[in-house]
Amino acid sequence: MNTETLINFAYIVASILFIFGLKMLGRQSTARRGNMLSSGGMLLAVVVTLIDQQVVTFQWILVGLGIGGAIGLACARLIKMTSMPEMVALLNGFGGLASLLVGWAEYAKPGDTLSTFTGTVIVLAVFIGGITFTGSLYAFGKLSGKLSGKPVLFGGQQIVNGALVLGLAAAGVLFVINGGAGAMGPNAFYALLAIAFILGITLVMPIGGGDMPVVISMLNSLSGLAACAAGFVILNNVLIVAGCLVGTSGVILTIIMCKAMNRSLANVLFSGFGSDATTAAGSSEGQIQGELKPISAEDTFAVLEAAREVVVVPGYGMAVSQAQHVVRELAEMLENNGAEVRFAIHPVAGRMPGHMNVLLAEANVPYEQLVEMDSVNPQMPMMDVAIVIGANDVVNPAAARDKSSPIYGMPIINAHEARTVICLKRGKGAGFSGIENQLFLLENTRMLYGDAKASLQAVASEFKAMAEA
Amino acid sequence: MELMLLLFIFVLAAFLGFELIAKVPSQLHTPLMSGSNAISGITIVGALLAAGADDGSTLTTVLGTTAVALATINVIGGYLVTDRMLGMFKKKDSGKKGGDA
Repeated sequence: MNTETLINFAYIVASILFIFGLKMLGRQSTARRGNMLSSGGMLLAVVVTLIDQQVVTFQWILVGLGIGGAIGLACARLIKMTSMPEMVALLNGFGGLASLLVGWAEYAKPGDTLSTFTGTVIVLAVFIGGITFTGSLYAFGKLSGKLSGKPVLFGGQQIVNGALVLGLAAAGVLFVINGGAGAMGPNAFYALLAIAFILGITLVMPIGGGDMPVVISMLNSLSGLAACAAGFVILNNVLIVAGCLVGTSGVILTIIMCKAMNRSLANVLFSGFGSDATTAAGSSEGQIQGELKPISAEDTFAVLEAAREVVVVPGYGMAVSQAQHVVRELAEMLENNGAEVRFAIHPVAGRMPGHMNVLLAEANVPYEQLVEMDSVNPQMPMMDVAIVIGANDVVNPAAARDKSSPIYGMPIINAHEARTVICLKRGKGAGFSGIENQLFLLENTRMLYGDAKASLQAVASEFKAMAEA
Repeated sequence: MELMLLLFIFVLAAFLGFELIAKVPSQLHTPLMSGSNAISGITIVGALLAAGADDGSTLTTVLGTTAVALATINVIGGYLVTDRMLGMFKKKDSGKKGGDA
């Protein structure tokens, strides 16, 4: 068996491992093994590529692997569980940029003018990879709070984006018909590069922070397609298969996430969702008038101490203040006090689907206590107390009542139907999507202001004092 | 002909990708995204070929080496982050199945 046959055979095995890996990642019981299978496939693909006869010098490969490996390892080990979503966005951006560079490197190879096909796929790899890179970085900025989570809209935005797309197409066509050579070729290439980078930012800019999970999923799909395009550039089958799998399965995952929010993908991407925060206050019939009623930790304890059915609705605020361990402690105290505690998880609570599940699992909250939105909502009127911890849009009754609200139609957890609602919140600001929450104004709602972790600790210490007394 | 074959596997892989995942419980959406993100780091293969080629072009080597580093971050970081997330679910009794999303 010659080397090339061996390499291609190994690529087939790697592809099979990727396929099984992805499939197994979709089920709870097999997910972790699936991830390991797919990483085994990756290792195999990397190792056999090193025996390719194209690869003659190793020192630069070792430099790249060393630097990348160290950074990757540090990222994965040091990052806090709460920062996972932005980490995924960042890693995704690097992948996109790598595909772009693979396309560029092929163009930079000394040689003749490019064929129409190679030129076209280089354009695709560069433009998809470029959009993925800057788009992911921008999403990272929004998620990590370095940039405002609010949608950024400016006049003529659609026109600017349209012009950029036209410019991209023009640069791409010029690059291809010149075969990347002559006076026009390189200029067209750099124009393409610049426009792709700008477009990645202007496309993500108008999308509100609350929709970032969908955006990341979509960018993940794009980075797969960028790898796939890079595969066509260097005529490599494993890149094409694996990239294409990620690209298309990413589309399905994106659609699943949109469905969880009862929105269409087009609506997420182009509506500037949540930008008009002042939803014509007072004019619509669904509006609730009222004021914010604060509550102290002592009074919260009194309410909880008497409660028999308690539901906890966690949101991003819990992640920010790292309150998941205290929440679990408090839940145990409530259970010891004879109450039944449930955790109601909204499909898009936090910054990513499953974000809350991960955090609560980390804090050893028993799996049976986690309930999904659809099963908890019918029981909501029976609940004595709903504790909303740093959740906002996912419990906003405006989504069900107020047709003028930008989140109208999104399924929510009906926390407002509980007898008493206690909302833990840092301050009086609006939620991540920038929309005022009518839940906070309801008659049966009390606001417990302050850092969620500190507030819960205060309540928990009241319980401890009672136990000791 | 080779091009046609590659297009052929591209189309088949696309259909496979569309069918591969369905009905994923919502708590697995993030790990699935992160895990498939690691797979898109397969572009490392292209990066290795570019960085290891001896074609006398400094630019190619620079681009290739940078690509290797970036793709390696994507691959190593992606798999480890996914594993860490999934490890959080492990402590639960495995008899319980995740609810439908």
